Amino acid sequence: MAGNEGTAGLDAGRLIWIYTQMVRIREFEERVKATFTEHPGVIRGHTHLADGAEASIVGSLAALEPRDQLMATYRCHGYPLALGTPATVMMAEIYGRKTGLCGGYGGSMHLTDPGRGFLGTSGIVGQGIPQATGVAYAAQIRGEGQVVACFFGDGASKQGAFHESLNIASLWTLPIVYVLENNGYNVVTRAEQEDANAAAGEPLAVKAVAYSMPGATVDGGDPVAVYREVAAAVSRARAGEGPTLVESRIYRLSAHGNIIAPPGVPLHFPEHEAVEVFGAPEEYEAAKRGDPVPRMRGTLVSNGTLSPDEAGQIADAARAEMADAVEFALRSPFPDPEAATDFVYA
Amino acid sequence: MARELPYIGAINESLRQEMARDRRVLYFGQNIATTEADPFLAEFGPDRVRTTPISETAEIGMAVGAALAGYRPVVELYMAEFMLVAMDQVVNEAPRLRYMTGGQVTVPLVLKAGYGFTAGWAGQHTGSIYGMFLGVPGLKVALPATPADAKGLLATAVRDDNPVCFFHHYLLTLEPGDVPEGEYLVPFGQAAVRRAGGDVTIVATGWMVGKALAAAERLAAEGVEAEVIDPRTIAPLDTGTILESVAKTGRLVLVDQATRHGSAAAVIAAEVAEGGFGSLRAPIRQVTALDATIPYSQPMEDYVLPDEDKIVTAVREVLGLTAAEPVGG
Repeated sequence: MAGNEGTAGLDAGRLIWIYTQMVRIREFEERVKATFTEHPGVIRGHTHLADGAEASIVGSLAALEPRDQLMATYRCHGYPLALGTPATVMMAEIYGRKTGLCGGYGGSMHLTDPGRGFLGTSGIVGQGIPQATGVAYAAQIRGEGQVVACFFGDGASKQGAFHESLNIASLWTLPIVYVLENNGYNVVTRAEQEDANAAAGEPLAVKAVAYSMPGATVDGGDPVAVYREVAAAVSRARAGEGPTLVESRIYRLSAHGNIIAPPGVPLHFPEHEAVEVFGAPEEYEAAKRGDPVPRMRGTLVSNGTLSPDEAGQIADAARAEMADAVEFALRSPFPDPEAATDFVYA
Repeated sequence: MARELPYIGAINESLRQEMARDRRVLYFGQNIATTEADPFLAEFGPDRVRTTPISETAEIGMAVGAALAGYRPVVELYMAEFMLVAMDQVVNEAPRLRYMTGGQVTVPLVLKAGYGFTAGWAGQHTGSIYGMFLGVPGLKVALPATPADAKGLLATAVRDDNPVCFFHHYLLTLEPGDVPEGEYLVPFGQAAVRRAGGDVTIVATGWMVGKALAAAERLAAEGVEAEVIDPRTIAPLDTGTILESVAKTGRLVLVDQATRHGSAAAVIAAEVAEGGFGSLRAPIRQVTALDATIPYSQPMEDYVLPDEDKIVTAVREVLGLTAAEPVGG
């Protein structure tokens, strides 16, 4: 595979699976984004998209076994899709419907599917990191060889929760892989404006040094490269050799989230911060040219893993699947109002 | 069979019994189990008993994660104020995850912390800050006032499928009392009537229960029979027992070591004002700490705290035995 230094042991079926999940995530996020204009008011609050992160998400998850577990952030649509959570119930959750994955209690930021190992998210930056670390502590005690993947962004690596967690994970040799998805922006703040390592021109993975654990930086636009790095970290964790920090460099192709506006103002996605805030459209255009989804398609077609027809079928299937998800969500009922007091206590 | 144990002994016995009963119960926190001589470490081993760094956010966050993964962690926090370092995990994570996932997960954990150490520790280690957690949906709050309740409420906390703040009172640590042997559970949301009486209802929590009982004995010498109620848990709160008592006595004095506007008393007063107004023959009186940080110097510390004299005075007022003093706040 040109540019991918081989396929890291991934066979054609697995590579096609990876590409298919990337396409599904992209199409799902496109449908979510389009909802703001096609069905105004249907999505409430604040929604965060994973477009641009597909290769990183799927490459990471490809390194896990079904018994492994993960936690993520409010930018959470990609993980459960790749794990097999039906797009219908995910879209219904984002649309606030009774049929939603979380019954309409959580919305876009709190997708959770424990049966598939996805134990949840935090809407508060960095605060899921100690929770995932606790899941890894549980895995260590259980002693069955489970590994935990913990996903978070570059902004979260400035939270105390990140530093406290990495210290304990290393000290206790916990079976966890920290995947730092560095998209270069904490909302509208660039990494070099808030991160000493970034300002010094160093990768964020150097933070691992402070906690005596391996750290690596990888091209998050290349799912095979991500897979290779995360798989090595997963192997170490499973072998009882402790945690790893993997910095996956990605570029989010949408703004941080839809606009924050009081009711009465229709919500929509603004331009990416590079364009909207920093006046750097060339940065954004360069990122678009490196879009990981067509990039992976190009790789697989050029090396003969996938024919253009097959690639087209994958795209068509994703479009149909996500159109169904929108239809399902739109025709689903809202929860009964009085259900609002269910689940306060177990 | 009951025998006498100090409050702290009852807590340790309860935790030891729960850990022996259920392998899923974990115990970790700062400065515990640093040598093999630690009795918990010796009995339950290093998987289940661990010392942590001074990292409250990670300690409590990891407890949330371990709970999501099927364990039942008890976090040793020593002092309730240390939870403030990790307020997001306590208030905005642990109690909300079950709800936000539509009931897909449970977060059974116990945050074990002492409070109210008004013995010259000045402003940052002395608060009765349970009011901050009282209004958080999904969180339960236990305030044991006796060694027996300390044992029974902790066992119930460990077995509860929700996050529980188990706040033990530092000034009760060595207080002795009869404690049942073997398995002993005190249900949440069930107040204890510590003393029966028909003239006035006194509701008190934690260290204040003893003060209220002492005040009641002094009042009995004056011919006033006070009913003293200890809610034992303030979330859930047994308003039923309090309303029944007020229906009988028509008078209510609330005693609470928390600051006046951050107390359980304020919530109880509101519940009785709404649900028991017709029974009241006098305004409710709250005997709380003043709205001040706890000062270091003893005369000032004494001044801001509720005490036996203040309780007696408040009871006399609601009974019309002395002129009411201006209400603070």
